[in-house]
Amino acid sequence: MPYIMVVDKVTVEALGVKTLRLRFQNEEEGNEFEFQAGNFAEYSAFGEGECTFCIASAPTRKGYVECTFRKAGRVTSGLDRLEEGMTMGFRAPLGNNFPLEDWKGKNLVFVAGGIALPPMRAVIDNVLDRREEFGEVTIIYGAKTVNDLVYKEELKEWEERPDVNLFATVDPGGETPDWKGKVGFTPNVLGEVAPKSDNAIAIVCGPPIMIKFTFPVLEKLGFKDENVYTTLENRMKCGIGKCGRCNVGPMFVCKDGPVFCKTQLNELPPEF
Amino acid sequence: MEELIIKSSDIKTWLDQIIEHTPRVIAPVKQGEKVEFKSIKQSDDVDYESQTTVSSVKAAAFPRTETLFAYEKEGLNTKLYDVAKDNFVETVIWRARPCDVIGFKPLTSIFNWDYKDELYNRRFEKIAIVTFACNTADKCCFCTSVGGGPGNTEGSDVMLTVLDKENVLVEVLTEKGQKLVDLAKDLFEKAEQSIDKEAVLAKIPAKFTKEQIYKNLAKVFDNPVWKAQSERCLGCGACAFVCPTCACFDIQEDAHGNHGRRVRCWDSCGFSLFTQHTSGHNPRPTQATRWRQRIMHKFSYMPDRLNIYGCTGCGRCSRACPVDMNIAEHLTSIAESSHE
Repeated sequence: MPYIMVVDKVTVEALGVKTLRLRFQNEEEGNEFEFQAGNFAEYSAFGEGECTFCIASAPTRKGYVECTFRKAGRVTSGLDRLEEGMTMGFRAPLGNNFPLEDWKGKNLVFVAGGIALPPMRAVIDNVLDRREEFGEVTIIYGAKTVNDLVYKEELKEWEERPDVNLFATVDPGGETPDWKGKVGFTPNVLGEVAPKSDNAIAIVCGPPIMIKFTFPVLEKLGFKDENVYTTLENRMKCGIGKCGRCNVGPMFVCKDGPVFCKTQLNELPPEF
Repeated sequence: MEELIIKSSDIKTWLDQIIEHTPRVIAPVKQGEKVEFKSIKQSDDVDYESQTTVSSVKAAAFPRTETLFAYEKEGLNTKLYDVAKDNFVETVIWRARPCDVIGFKPLTSIFNWDYKDELYNRRFEKIAIVTFACNTADKCCFCTSVGGGPGNTEGSDVMLTVLDKENVLVEVLTEKGQKLVDLAKDLFEKAEQSIDKEAVLAKIPAKFTKEQIYKNLAKVFDNPVWKAQSERCLGCGACAFVCPTCACFDIQEDAHGNHGRRVRCWDSCGFSLFTQHTSGHNPRPTQATRWRQRIMHKFSYMPDRLNIYGCTGCGRCSRACPVDMNIAEHLTSIAESSHE
């Protein structure tokens, strides 16, 4: 049985992309609810079905959870139609999480593409809320066009923070006349920025093609596989290791993931 | 436990007693030319001619479609209604085959590793199974290759073996089984010590061992064998629907205006949409990768994760396949291959 959530706030992030801020209808359930950055959830629009995204808000920000999605299929269209005050379903927390505790004192490099910033934002905000526990924070975020960048408000905030190095980029042709960020594909920008790999962890999240071209760049920069993390997305239904579709070889993305270390990915067949 | 004898002519009387005392009895019933497990109301409904049914009996514990919960929208609010799990009825499965019964083992593993699936468990614990050992087998049967056998009692509550025209051996295996026998105590006699059950059972030579398959699968992920084997696969999913161990499911919405229910229904890894992302990206884009998933899941991933194999050798997938893909043949060739 899913939790019933009330939509508290709807934010339009980009064309077709929205963030819903949700609170538990039953306050007690909300007080008891705990999760970690990296956990995902099954969100349901009743009448349409369920779909899977990582929880986009940080566990350090209490009292609400957020999901960011692009209107694409039947369920996301259903979510897109929700207005403030309406109710939806929520099953969480599911899956594993980023090993934040192991990263204390390290420099963190976040590489995200497009609609993959939301799953990473849970970690970024979590890290920023405990800023003194971590080393340098570098964020490289790319989208197709300026309009496609999500969390525009937060990007501004991060840009202004002296303790965050933000490099926003758009694909060639996606820039506007007043765009002040970089122009170029995310992996190339990563190469240009060339963050140091000493005592550093890289967290990569994006479409399969971006991940594919980002890994070699990280390797060149000297990142060892055990210091590279990603979060996988496969089609899911149950989220609890039964329905049989998200597995990559013997590993279930929903139970063993969604967060995987590159060393784990090396062992798996290329079914993601 | 106990070994008894019942006269063939008394079986009908016993089954009538069971039907009288059990809310739901499921048995093979003839439908046109085919035989399927159905709820029966009288002992005459049972088909005793068929070797196996088209579909397995898994639906007794894992129905084709089942409600997870119902919802009702009222203005902005949504109300949820849980399933009444206490309403699942006592069930007797009559004339299952050993390969049907043993299929509940992997199902139980899947539904209980990590999260415990209450719907499955509540249904399964209410089931008692009367199995008929196999006196005959057909060309699709290969239970002996995957660790089963025509007289395998594992998972059954009572096993019947037809010894000759008049006598049927009754092995009472569990307390549930004892209760069924107690419904018509007078019909049973103690069996003699020296009954050789094996002598009347079907002879099914083993074609391979499941361990061989497991070992070889570790080496063939990128092998062209998958493409060769699946070239004629239509992706119809029939193999998964008739399989006693296939548990992959979909979750769908059955919506009617402002109310509806969320249902869980059978699905198949053979369908192209099974893993397709909304973006169009598909981790298993071809029938070959989907066929590989089917075999790997049953003979590699399940042993790795659940310490159990996902095949009982019932041969149903081969019988149901519209393009005559024979899983036993495919497995034999994998077992015999040595890719060093």
